Amino acid sequence: MSETAEAPGPVTIVETPIHLDYKFTPGVAQSRFLRALERGEITGQRCPKCQKVYVPPRGACSMCGVATDEEVKLSGKGTITTFCVTQIPSPGLVPPYVTAWIRLDGSDITSMFLIQECDPAEVRLGMRVEAVWVEESELVPDLGNIKYFRPIDEPDAEYETYKDYV
Amino acid sequence: MKSFLRDVAIVASATFETPSEPSRNEVEMLLPVIHDALGQVGLSQGEIGFTVSGSSDYLQGYTFAFVGALDAVGAWPPIRESHLEMDGAFALAEAVAYLQEGHVDTALVYAFARPSRGDLDRTLSVQLDPYTVAPLWPDARGLAGLQAQAMRDSGRYGDVPDVTPTYVGDGVTAVILATGDRARELTKTPVWIRGIDHRIEAQMLGLRDLGSSASTKLAGEGAGATNIDEAYLHVLYPHQELLVKDALGLDRQPVNTAAGPMMVGGLERLATAAKSIAGTGKRAVATATSGACMQQNLVAVLEGAAA
Ligand SMILES: [Zn+2]
Repeated sequence: MSETAEAPGPVTIVETPIHLDYKFTPGVAQSRFLRALERGEITGQRCPKCQKVYVPPRGACSMCGVATDEEVKLSGKGTITTFCVTQIPSPGLVPPYVTAWIRLDGSDITSMFLIQECDPAEVRLGMRVEAVWVEESELVPDLGNIKYFRPIDEPDAEYETYKDYV
Repeated sequence: MKSFLRDVAIVASATFETPSEPSRNEVEMLLPVIHDALGQVGLSQGEIGFTVSGSSDYLQGYTFAFVGALDAVGAWPPIRESHLEMDGAFALAEAVAYLQEGHVDTALVYAFARPSRGDLDRTLSVQLDPYTVAPLWPDARGLAGLQAQAMRDSGRYGDVPDVTPTYVGDGVTAVILATGDRARELTKTPVWIRGIDHRIEAQMLGLRDLGSSASTKLAGEGAGATNIDEAYLHVLYPHQELLVKDALGLDRQPVNTAAGPMMVGGLERLATAAKSIAGTGKRAVATATSGACMQQNLVAVLEGAAA
């Protein structure tokens, strides 16, 4: 006669909700970046040692471990260095949609944005794109000010110019 | 106590502390302090053999936050690195152990925290047993009150002071370690770590004798904390000074206590002790504590070679 068949099994779920509040502050460098976005500008910061320009700036060069104080204003144009076409729905996005890593002109790091106003089949490495902003009246200190990037009428960038970022 | 395979000294340190840092993030607080410490002995980050830090992601409010802090050291070319979700003093103990291996001669230890961004008393509750204790949200100050009461009930301490509010402060500390001849090359006044040990007690508060600190006592024995001239104790509430002094048998020595920012205060004690005895020939004990009601304790014995 087996008693184990009647023994209750292990408890598999215990609910112990955790809730902690934080007053998050982005820091000095990212505050400057967010204030620039509020003015409709994209800014980076240059490392005084290796000269790399970081966007968004984090206040330090993670390669050199030094503060990046010099502010650099960027044009908002860039080059697609790699991308992904998503076929499954995501909140607020209708498939197929394109997400791309973009090397903004004048920066040395890629950032991720949506690509719109074009057929996903047209998107390719080296494609030249520009930022599309919300209306001026809607500008806030938030990266959401940039709705997406769209293609511009420029020849594709040479592979050599972005090969280190693919 | 056993002797080290290689002698290790604190050769430089820097610290920054404020009740509440309004604008700089953790990396921005760390950068100048790490550069200050490196600069004192003319080292660049690239010359550091081992880097190790202590902090808590729960204080920062996002997971793997300590990885972001590496921006402050420049992890390129890739560095030898480690992190402890504990006070930076425990990171220093790891560095001392690492230096025994003999691959490298220098180490950078740093700790950082900005608890003013959250509710520290409540945040510390999540280090308790997640099924039966943490859901009750016992705050850190309340638990310290239980500890103070256990001390009163033991009748061993005379007057036990009341529990003060949990200290909330933001800050960072960086310490540079070096071995043997390298330490003597870098500074005329190395402060040798003659012993270091740390012990942990059970998590369940009901299992522990809160009226004494068995872990401090054992760590003190392990570190060889005898013939002490001065003491630098990490205590978060006034009654804990009595516990640590009792566990280490301190009676006549000058005692200097501080809480410091959570996860930073212990490393800061070691750094302050080293600064105070550098070049004096004196021997100091420094302690660090972490966890609810001093669950984990570290004891270090430092000796400032006479200049
Ligand atoms: Zn750099």
